[in-house]
Amino acid sequence: MKPDTPALFTETALVRRKYRQETVAKWVFFVMAAAMIIPLLLIVGYLMVKAAPSLTLGFLLDVPVRGMTEGGIWPAFVGTIYLVFISLAISAPIGILAAVYLNEYARDNWFNRVINLAVINLAGVPSIVHALFGLGAFVYAARFGYSILSASLTLAIMTLPVIVASTREALASVPRSFREACWNVGATRWQTIRAVVLPNSISGILTGVILQVSRAAGETAPIMFTGAVFYKAIEKGDLFAYGLHEQCMALSMHLYTISTQVPGVKESIPYATAVVLLGSVLLVNAAAIALRVYMRSRTKW
Amino acid sequence: MSARPKPGPAPARPQEPSPPAPEAYSFAVRSARRPAWSVWGERALEGAIYLCGISAIIFVLSIFFFVFKEAAPVLVGGEFSLTEFLFSPEWYPTSEENKRYGVLAMLAGTFSVTALAMVLAVPFGLGAAIYISEFCGSKLKETLKIVIELLAAIPSVVWGFVGLTVMSKLIVTYTGAPVGVNILNGGLILALMSVPIIVSIGEDSLKAVPDSYREAGVALGATKWQLVRRVLLPAAKNGLLAAVLLGVGRGVGETMAVLMATGHAVQIPHGILDSVRTLTANIAAELGEAPAGSDHYRVLFLTGVLLFSLTFVVNLGADLVVRGIRKK
Repeated sequence: MKPDTPALFTETALVRRKYRQETVAKWVFFVMAAAMIIPLLLIVGYLMVKAAPSLTLGFLLDVPVRGMTEGGIWPAFVGTIYLVFISLAISAPIGILAAVYLNEYARDNWFNRVINLAVINLAGVPSIVHALFGLGAFVYAARFGYSILSASLTLAIMTLPVIVASTREALASVPRSFREACWNVGATRWQTIRAVVLPNSISGILTGVILQVSRAAGETAPIMFTGAVFYKAIEKGDLFAYGLHEQCMALSMHLYTISTQVPGVKESIPYATAVVLLGSVLLVNAAAIALRVYMRSRTKW
Repeated sequence: MSARPKPGPAPARPQEPSPPAPEAYSFAVRSARRPAWSVWGERALEGAIYLCGISAIIFVLSIFFFVFKEAAPVLVGGEFSLTEFLFSPEWYPTSEENKRYGVLAMLAGTFSVTALAMVLAVPFGLGAAIYISEFCGSKLKETLKIVIELLAAIPSVVWGFVGLTVMSKLIVTYTGAPVGVNILNGGLILALMSVPIIVSIGEDSLKAVPDSYREAGVALGATKWQLVRRVLLPAAKNGLLAAVLLGVGRGVGETMAVLMATGHAVQIPHGILDSVRTLTANIAAELGEAPAGSDHYRVLFLTGVLLFSLTFVVNLGADLVVRGIRKK
């Protein structure tokens, strides 16, 4: 080898500049990702600190007193549970079957593209428009009045796309060869779905249902004009406080009310309400994520 | 997607062999003939599945129908003019002698808050998507994706509360604005709210770029940054555009957070520190006070029709853009 041949893999100025740029880019993008997460942590921390004086089990189980300026959040908490589970009972079956149709039966033609588009649009309709719809359709046209039923139906339609999307994803992740094996022993389409597809995707479907719970629990606008009220007197710790045709309080609505409409609320109470709402929603979501991670680690294919 | 399952083979009825020996094929006969209730039950169930499948269409149409139905009488009433509704900033729905229903100020409010939110959220969201998709290790990637999912789950009323308490104090302290609930506040809150959707769709569309593109870039000696700038961004631009559009859709449609964080002034804003009211917040704030069946009530529903159409167009656009990628 002649001594004046340039070595192939030495760093030239160009290469050094190239890697410097890469390092800069990497850090810029890192900062952008961090800028999204740090405010979240700061905010959650701040809310917790402010809420600390009121955060006790008694706060959760007590009823609001003195025009909602003191006391607890029990009626709102129970109301949210009612709304979430009734809306879940309505939308989970419809959503799961809709996903079964879209993933197992539908072919790729214009009609099913329209269905897909409808699902996407249903997810994109503003929550306040859902509220208007609930008011026009359930409260007035169907004569359910301002009630838990109207509010739950509105919530159910609003959260339908969540469950359709995640169920579809779960169904699509079952390998096609499983279905083919089942068809080849003479099973019909539905028998295949029941015996092979659903059992293999149940964890994904469950994740979708859980995500829907968290979505429904946090919504305010759709229930504001269909069934949630500012205040309703119920017994402390009473679990069966509301009837289907009554109005109820809800946690999200309660937070809105006490932070904007009611003067003279004890300072830590709105913060504590926000923490309870945020905490329940995040816990439910974390459960969904944990389930998904666990199931993924056990998947055999 | 071509991976749709084709119809399964119908249960084949076995050809009866000519010398029948019942014991020999009794099993085949039994499994081929199902009882009638089972066949009909299955058909009924498949009917139900079909009905649920098309339910999304039914719901979207009925949302439009019912909201429009409540709004329609005001359109034919005579006093109300659609031009004034869209282009007049004067909103005096409860005035005694001269009621005026112009939503221009609210339109301006919606657009200013959404625009500010997008100016903040788009660079940060796409930057974070690039970081998650290209620059970080797989452990960190999983963690970040989970954090983003949790970020997306925070209820809007909690964001509104944060705007009302934390953010407004910060804004008053650092900008000297007279009130802390204004465009800046709403824009910041909305940016934090729409970042997760931008990140997750953006990350999906970067992931959808075939690995062979990356390998080709690396083989030419490109660094990650060069790869991102010259290969991935051009290849994923449709998906990233869809991410931005969905973020806009979220911004336009958001109700509780902007209701609580932007103040309640019906005015055309002149600066970032002015309070505004958005279309969504206007409905939420006034629907409770408008007597059912009054013109005011119907105009609020008409605002709902307007919002529905706006988000419909934005979502349709995003879907067409995404479909464009799949076709390629």
